[in-house]
Amino acid sequence: MKRFLALPVAIVAVSLSAATLPKDDRTIVHVLSRTGFGPWPGDVEKVRAMGLQRYLDEQLHPERIPDAAMAPRLAQLTTVTLDSRQIAEQYELPQLEARRQRKLQGKDDPVPGDGKPPDAMQQRANSVMVELAEQKLLRAIYSERQLQEVLTDFWFNHFNVDARKGRDRFLLTAYERETIRPRVLGTFRDLLGATAKSPAMLFYLDNWMSADPNGPHLAATRNVARPFQGRVGGPAASAPEALRRASPELGGFAPERRRERPALRKNGLNENYGRELMELHTLGVDGGYTQNDVTEVARALTGWTIDNPRQGGGFRFDPRIHDTGQKVVLGHVIKAGGGESDGEQVLDILAKHPSTATFIATKLTRRFVSDTPPPALVERVAARFRDTGGDLREVMRTILTSPEFLSPGAYRAKVKTPFEFVATALRATGADVQDARPLVRELQQLGMPLYQCQPPTGYKDTGDAWVNTGALVSRMNLALRLASGQVRGTLVDNSIELRLGGEVSETTRATIAKATDAQTMMALTLGAPEFQRR
Amino acid sequence: MLSRRVFLKNGAFAFVSLGFAPSFMARTAVAASGRSKQLIAIFQRGAVDGLSVVVPHGESDYYRARPSIAIPRPNAGENAAIDLDGFFGFNPRLQPLEPLWDSRQLAIVHACGSPDSTRSHFDAQDYMESATPGVKSTSDGWLNRYLQTRHAEPATPFRAVALTSQLPRMLQGTAPALAVSQLAQFGIRAGQSSDTVGASFEAEYAAAADHVLNGTGREAFSAIKMLKTADPSKYGPANGADYPRGPFGQALRQIAQLTKANVGLEIAFADVGGWDTHVNQGAGQGQLATRLDDFSRSIAALVADLGDRMADTVVLTMSEFGRAVNENGGRGTDHGHGNAMMVIGGAVRGGRVYGTWPGLSVEKRYEGRDLAVTTDFRDVFGEIVTRHLGLANTRAIFPGYASSPAKYPGLFP
Repeated sequence: MKRFLALPVAIVAVSLSAATLPKDDRTIVHVLSRTGFGPWPGDVEKVRAMGLQRYLDEQLHPERIPDAAMAPRLAQLTTVTLDSRQIAEQYELPQLEARRQRKLQGKDDPVPGDGKPPDAMQQRANSVMVELAEQKLLRAIYSERQLQEVLTDFWFNHFNVDARKGRDRFLLTAYERETIRPRVLGTFRDLLGATAKSPAMLFYLDNWMSADPNGPHLAATRNVARPFQGRVGGPAASAPEALRRASPELGGFAPERRRERPALRKNGLNENYGRELMELHTLGVDGGYTQNDVTEVARALTGWTIDNPRQGGGFRFDPRIHDTGQKVVLGHVIKAGGGESDGEQVLDILAKHPSTATFIATKLTRRFVSDTPPPALVERVAARFRDTGGDLREVMRTILTSPEFLSPGAYRAKVKTPFEFVATALRATGADVQDARPLVRELQQLGMPLYQCQPPTGYKDTGDAWVNTGALVSRMNLALRLASGQVRGTLVDNSIELRLGGEVSETTRATIAKATDAQTMMALTLGAPEFQRR
Repeated sequence: MLSRRVFLKNGAFAFVSLGFAPSFMARTAVAASGRSKQLIAIFQRGAVDGLSVVVPHGESDYYRARPSIAIPRPNAGENAAIDLDGFFGFNPRLQPLEPLWDSRQLAIVHACGSPDSTRSHFDAQDYMESATPGVKSTSDGWLNRYLQTRHAEPATPFRAVALTSQLPRMLQGTAPALAVSQLAQFGIRAGQSSDTVGASFEAEYAAAADHVLNGTGREAFSAIKMLKTADPSKYGPANGADYPRGPFGQALRQIAQLTKANVGLEIAFADVGGWDTHVNQGAGQGQLATRLDDFSRSIAALVADLGDRMADTVVLTMSEFGRAVNENGGRGTDHGHGNAMMVIGGAVRGGRVYGTWPGLSVEKRYEGRDLAVTTDFRDVFGEIVTRHLGLANTRAIFPGYASSPAKYPGLFP
């Protein structure tokens, strides 16, 4: 009898239809705080009028949402629309040339983090990264495509690349704009493949210089089909003189110039990407792979490299450094002689592996629902991932319409990261940000410098990483500076009566009410414990 | 220890005479009067290549495995190893630490590490900080478990401080610990109304039903008050200590600052990155050498600055794992296994390399490629916890581990 009764309940519990979606303001605030960076003044009313179902449908199709107000906000940031080649020519090569000059003059290279102020050339090189960070903040604050921005943040962090690793600072602009953002609601396999072939990732995790230790295979250039041959060496003819003379500061391995040399330099296998690909990008550390699988994956991916790395080139398969032998990955045999397709087969195996579905479902529900997502929800989301071939839009729909997501237990269950704190504070106050650079620096102080998370793990997505005494005090101080207009370039609207929404302690209410001026009231709201959660 | 007495007289006494000695002042007085031991833990994140730090120059296999990045044998020029005991030598950029070795305040434990085979930074750091290799579900860090086990009587908000913007895993747990990257910035800053606004925030957090934010808020305001009293802003390093200006040097400078402010600092933590040298590692010069230069000058400055207090202090360095014995195709090194730790302190039996050296020939290597581990890192931690910090039983700190003094390296008399 019990079992019989439980069945319809279970079906209802899988997802909520339009009719069953709650309509109260608290739920609306909750949804806006998870699928976006919290409500902008007037957003709650707007969503109340259109209904949550339509709002979610819209957010799941960002291409249908007009976002015209975004362009003027980004207009000042000249590098965010440049392609990698332009960034290389205008920002990277001048820096390399300056470095070469320093070396000629017998000066040391500047050491990052040595406390010395950056010189003009370093500042110019850094501006690419700073503008990228400004862009991220401005999009989080002003884009109507809020879910797309939340997911871009999530997937960038999942496929994390640290801008401070060598030339990656020049590659992240295209990495986020072309590799990540357009794919966050596509299929996982597509996103995985795009990151695997991105120069940013190839460089960050060293796959670009991983080679068959028994190579190089010079004969391969004649015998193997080379789909990217047309590009090889192309731009080199027009490359500035500085480029060819610049001493390679990392690896010295520049495939585009190797034919000029009498013999290829002997490089070896590098397992870095192979390992993180399984541990962090797909299976998860307990996903069932061994050290042997790591080596085999790395072998399969040899030859996946960067075309003309110093000129912003893209992916290229180089058969000369590819290990042509047979590989066995997680029990699957990859036949000898597969060339570039070896790597594609590895990505297919990993994307389809059940551990990947569970790992991605766990991470997404941790981000959107709670630090400890209910196992039943994780399993349903993983099943949806498996059933749809990793369709991320359907996976997101499953999460956002789940009763667990909309349950009272999920309300304010997440501690905001510093980035979320800043973005939600500026949205809540209807802020006008004319210059986001000071905000970029604030995030450094709050312990979350954008695009500068060192380990490939990305930033932690659980509250324990962000709740500590020092961080709390920093948040209160930022709230004070924002409210009193002390953050240069940012103007908050003091006339807005901030609502914390939902349960607010009597003390918080009374403390805010006791403040004698609007600025202090705003600061005490943004710095309140209630505002530190989403 | 003049500073302590002056502080007690002028600090605590002044408060008493005004009739409102806050409880934290009483704590400080106790903390200052006892013979308090201190541990400064330093994490080299990214897996430093221990074979380039404490170089086995007596092994020909070392030179065979590393044709382009080996540190040359001693007396082979300015970039050669500094001989320590005829077999091991310092990387030449560790020269600032050489006097500590000579005066027997610095000990090395080589071929030290985790029994777990992971070569993942994330996991290995996690295991070293939780001190439960192979077990990921451990919710707290080993230093936090030490704090939980050893109730300080009475505790101060500065008992455990990480000079980092985020609290490291090692200090996460139920016992209070503070993460602060800039001491001078610590406090509510609202101009003339700082006190009233601070009190308002304090009230909000004290009333929060949210346990996490409530507890952390209490700790924060308690720490602010204490730091204000100690006033570390007027600080000048002693004994000519010259800290590098980079973030690591500045973190150590602030540890010395807090130590001398007598706010009851027992466990301090700092970390330093840049060790993941997969490509172009360099030898006596280059990428790794540059990091080691900053590293060793920072520690040398800290030790000089702490002066006599080093008698009660231990500085411990660690890194999640070592690097493969063979150099890779990019003249760097891939993730490996065993590594070297340094233990520095007035009471340390220094001037010795501890542990059994497994050798570097292929058959002696771990999985045929890495320096084998002959000392479990928990035995180093365990010896420091018992013989330096004075905790008798370490069972709660290293759960599931049969810790025993018989396995300790013997770092302390």
